[in-house]
Amino acid sequence: MAWTRKLLRVNLTNGTVAEEGLNMGWANDYLGQRGLATRYLVDEIDPQCDPLGPDNKLIMATGPLTGTNASTAGRYSVICKSPLTGAVACSNSGGFIGAEMKMAGWDMVIFEGKAASPVYLHIVDGVAKLEPADDLWGKSVWEADKALHAKFQDPQTRIALVGRSAEQGCLYAAVVNDLHRAAGRSGVGTVMASKNLKAVAIRGTQGVGNIEDPKKFMETVKAGKAVLAENAVTGQGLPTYGTQVLMNVINEVGALPTRNMREVQFEGASKVSGEAMHEPRKSDGKKNLTTNGACFSCTIACGRISTIDRTHFSVKDKPEYWINSGGLEYEAAWALGPDTGVDDMDALTYANFLCNEDGMDPISFGSTVAAAMELYEIGAITDSHTGGMELKFGSAEALCWAAEKVAKGEGFGKDLGLGSKKLCEKYGHPELSMTVKGQEFPAYDPRGMQGMGLAYATSNRGACHLRGYTAASEILGIPEKTDPLHTEGKPGLVKAFQDATAAVDSSGLCVFTTFAWTLDDIAPQVDAACEGDWSPDRMLEVGERIWNMERDFNMKAGIAASEDTLPKRLLSESANSGPAKDRVCDLDKMLPEYYAARGWSSDGSITSETRQKFNLPG
Amino acid sequence: MKITLKLYATLSDLLPAGAVANASSIEIDEAATLNHIIDRYRVPRELAHLVLINGVFVCDTDRDQPGALVEGDVLAIWPPVAGG
Ligand code: SF4
Repeated sequence: MAWTRKLLRVNLTNGTVAEEGLNMGWANDYLGQRGLATRYLVDEIDPQCDPLGPDNKLIMATGPLTGTNASTAGRYSVICKSPLTGAVACSNSGGFIGAEMKMAGWDMVIFEGKAASPVYLHIVDGVAKLEPADDLWGKSVWEADKALHAKFQDPQTRIALVGRSAEQGCLYAAVVNDLHRAAGRSGVGTVMASKNLKAVAIRGTQGVGNIEDPKKFMETVKAGKAVLAENAVTGQGLPTYGTQVLMNVINEVGALPTRNMREVQFEGASKVSGEAMHEPRKSDGKKNLTTNGACFSCTIACGRISTIDRTHFSVKDKPEYWINSGGLEYEAAWALGPDTGVDDMDALTYANFLCNEDGMDPISFGSTVAAAMELYEIGAITDSHTGGMELKFGSAEALCWAAEKVAKGEGFGKDLGLGSKKLCEKYGHPELSMTVKGQEFPAYDPRGMQGMGLAYATSNRGACHLRGYTAASEILGIPEKTDPLHTEGKPGLVKAFQDATAAVDSSGLCVFTTFAWTLDDIAPQVDAACEGDWSPDRMLEVGERIWNMERDFNMKAGIAASEDTLPKRLLSESANSGPAKDRVCDLDKMLPEYYAARGWSSDGSITSETRQKFNLPG
Repeated sequence: MKITLKLYATLSDLLPAGAVANASSIEIDEAATLNHIIDRYRVPRELAHLVLINGVFVCDTDRDQPGALVEGDVLAIWPPVAGG
C-alpha cells in the first residue's frame, strides 16, 4: 500500500475541508505525486481555465514512498495549470514538508476556489483547519514562517508558503517550504497566492505505516542506500560540491548559456563555480559554503548552506543577511551569474537568498533579468523605465537591485515579474525571450547539447532540464556517454529520460538518485512498499502514460505542437566558441523521429491508438 | 611544449602549486599520452572520468595514444560528477 488512501479537499471559497478516499484505480495507473495529482487535475479543471482564476486548482501531492525511510523519500509536488505557460505545472520540492504531510495521514491536498481574504491551512494529523492570515499577508516567506512557528511553538511543524513576489503577481513565484526548499518552477506560487492562500502548515505524528511487505522493503531500501553510498557521484561528488560542480564542466564543453544565451562560454565561470564556493574569502577567510545539507531521509545531501561576505555591498548594512542559509545550486547560479554576465559570487548568493526569502524561481528570475539587460543594451529599456538603474550585463548592483524589486513587486520589478516572454513582448522584441512555451531555459545550451534542445522543445512544462536530463548522458556519461553534438539516437534517449523521470517524480523519491540508480533499483522499493507488482517495465509504462496525459492536457489548453520549438537564436545563430562553434541546434533533425517514437502523428498530435494504449482520460 | 592542465572537484588538490582557477600551465613531451599526464599528476585513473581536450571528450580507450595533444591545448579532468 504505502498510500494513506486519503486526500484532503479544501474549498477555499466556502472555507470547508473534507476527507476523501484516494482513487486507487488511478493510483495503479499513475502511482502518486506528479502522475496521480495530474490525473486529478485533468479530471477536475477545464484546460482552458484562467490559471489565476478560482476555477484553477492547486494540488500538493506526495508519492507512495514519501515519508518512508527510503533514501531521498521526502519529495512532494505542487500541481496546477501554470500562469507562466498556460500548460500543466508540476514543481517538485524536497525538504521536510512532503514527509510531514504523509505522516499526518494524507496523500495529497486539493485546493479549489478562492478565499475571500488571506488564509492559511493548518493540519495536525487528521485535523485540518483554515485560519485567517491577514496578518501574514505582505510578509516575506521568512517573516511569515517565523510568525507561524512562534504561534505554534512547535519546531517540528513544517510550513510551505508564498512570498511577497507571489502576492504581487510575479508569474514565476514559487511555493517555498522549510525556508529554502521550493516547488520552484512555472509559477505554482502565483497560483497559490491568487487563491489568497498564504501558507500550509503541517504536523504529522503518525509515521508511515501500510507498507505492503515491510521486511522486503527494508532489504530493498538498504540495498538502494548501499548503491548510493558506493557510487562516486551520489556518495562523494554531490555531497562535496553539490550540483554546482557543473559550472566549470558545462563551460568547458561550450554549453554554458551566457548573456541571455548570446554566447556559450562565460569568462567568469570559475569565479561562481562549486570549486570557488570552497575557496576562503579574502575579507574574512571564510568560505561561501558553510556545509552541505540533506532533505528528509536523504543519504546524498547535495544541498548547499552558504554565507555572504559581510563586507559585500549587498549586505554590509543588512545584518539580517549575515546568516547561514540556502546557497547556490547550479541552475540558480547559472541564471543569476553567466546568463546575466555577473561573476560576483556574493551578489549571486544574495540574489539567491532573496529568491528564497520571497519565493521567486531563480532560473526564471535570472533569465528574465538577462533578457532585460539585452533589451537595455539595445535601448528598448531605458533608465526612465528602471528609474535610473543601469541594467547592464555584468552589473552585480543591477542584479541585486532587480532581486529586491521583484521580491516586493515594486517599480520595474513588476515588469521583471512578468517573465522573459511577456517582458520581451511588452518592450517590442519577442525574439529576445529565451523561453519555450513561455518558460525560461535552464543552464544548458542546446547548440552544445543537441539532446537537451529536443528535451526543452518537447517538455510538457516549457523549457526545463528536469523533464528529460539528457545532459547526464551527453556530458556526464550516465548511464552511458553519448556525443553532445550528435543528433543521432537523441529522440530515443530523450523519450527514455522523460518517461523514467515521470515515474521517479511520481514515487516520492528525488530524481538525483538516478545518477546512481536505475529503475532496477527503484522499482523493487516501490514494489515492496505498494500493493500489486511494480516492475521496472511497469514504472516506465506509468511514466509514458503520464507524459501522454500531460501532453493531452496541454493540447486541450490550446498549446499547439508548433510550440515544440526553440527560440530563433538557438536554431539560427551559431555558437561562437568552444566545441560547438558554428553549430546551431538541429531540432528539425530530431523532432519527427521523436514524434514517431512517442506513437504520435507527424503533426505531433496523440493518435487514437496511443490514447487507447494508455487509456488516456477524456 | 606547453599545455594547460585543469583538474577539478576532488582532483583540484593534485594541481601543481600556484594554479589559478583550477588551471596550471605545464610542460609536456610531444609524444606524451593522456595517461602519462594523468599518472604524472597522480590522478587515479579510475577517477579520471571526464577527460576533455579543448572541451571534447576523450574516452578511456583512446588515452594511450601518443601525440594526442598539441601546443596550447587545454586538458581538463573531472572525477565522476553530476548535478542538475
Ligand atoms: S539529493 Fe539533494 S535535492 Fe535530492 S533529496 Fe537529497 S539533498 Fe534533497
